[in-house]
Amino acid sequence: MTRTVVRASGLTKRYGSFTAVDAVDFTLEENRIYGLLGRNGAGKTTVMQMLTGQIFPNDGELEVFGRTPAEHADVLRRLCFIAESQRYPDAFHASHVLKAAPWFFGNWDAGFAARLVDDFRLPLNRPIKKLSRGQLSAVGVVVGLASRAPLTFFDEPYLGLDAVARQIFYDRLLADYAAHPRTIVLSTHLIDEVANLLEHLLIIDQGRILLDRDADEVRGSATTVAGGRAAVESFVADRAVIGREGIGGLASVTIDGRLDQADRVRAAELGLELAPVSLQQLIVHMTGADLRADSTEQEVAA
Amino acid sequence: MDESRPIFIQIAEQVENDIIEGSLPEGGQIPSTNEFAAFLRVNPATALKGVNRLVDDGIVEKRRGIGMFVTQGARARLIERRKADFAAEYLRPLIIEAEKLGIDIDELAGLLRAERIDS
Repeated sequence: MTRTVVRASGLTKRYGSFTAVDAVDFTLEENRIYGLLGRNGAGKTTVMQMLTGQIFPNDGELEVFGRTPAEHADVLRRLCFIAESQRYPDAFHASHVLKAAPWFFGNWDAGFAARLVDDFRLPLNRPIKKLSRGQLSAVGVVVGLASRAPLTFFDEPYLGLDAVARQIFYDRLLADYAAHPRTIVLSTHLIDEVANLLEHLLIIDQGRILLDRDADEVRGSATTVAGGRAAVESFVADRAVIGREGIGGLASVTIDGRLDQADRVRAAELGLELAPVSLQQLIVHMTGADLRADSTEQEVAA
Repeated sequence: MDESRPIFIQIAEQVENDIIEGSLPEGGQIPSTNEFAAFLRVNPATALKGVNRLVDDGIVEKRRGIGMFVTQGARARLIERRKADFAAEYLRPLIIEAEKLGIDIDELAGLLRAERIDS
């Protein structure tokens, strides 16, 4: 049976009059890889900071490994949070970070950390403040992977990491997760790159959860229909429209909901093009494209 | 991997194709869930779902502690199933495009024959 690692209900965080996280409910199950996705300022980092006991919620209930995370050492020991721009003491070298890590992480694997340092070509004996942005990110990635914490958070872990290094990160993450299953929360903007790694998606926007579903259910759940405006409109007439664009007599409408074989035949007969919507595009539609969609609709109505 | 369908279905279909084409013989062992995950760069749970789909369909069987193997008769069953879907999946789009271009059925048949001889 899977165990619930995190249980949040009505979780709320306010900064003055601004509500960063607005009464969200969700659970995280043991040994799954989650994607926490959303735009800048959506509330992703705030959620993770509450889960890791770095800030206190204003309202709601939160259990991590069955207890409130803050001030419970037995819970905090099982967590690893890799922040977007981790700061280190000025004189620190990467070697100091790796030496200190096992004091905090019971499952720390020094051999694995050393292999990752080689993979990322990370200079160990240079002051961290002299490292490039990508190398600084690599320090975090090495700590996050080698800590093997039962609940690991990566908050935008790869600012400045090049494509090769990101691929190494994905490959090592998958391989190590397969050998040592644990709960991983990955927050990122590079959605298409990580889409296949994720088992479950939490999409957050303006402090609320927009979508909480298995990645497999989401894949192929939206389609863009393009072609002559009249044909497109008749095809999408009684479907859930999540995005709409057009120029002259051509329209391109994104609909939610899976298409069956009969739908596809009908679309082909109407001369319509069907294109799958990637997870990244879907999130753009769900969290941002509405403004343009509204204006198009108004133009059509006018 | 194509974006329009769940990955686990695509994994199952890849194995099915290998069985139909004969590169995975009946009685042969298929890769492990983790091997699929690492090779295709997908979540191991997704790979497991794909393999479980094959198990549910009786295409592969689990041998505890050893791995997954293609069942006897799997190839014939898969071909049977694919044939049933052939008209809807391949002929229908072909006919629609042919009609659009004004290609009648005789001309289409001629094209098919010529294409077959060429290849």
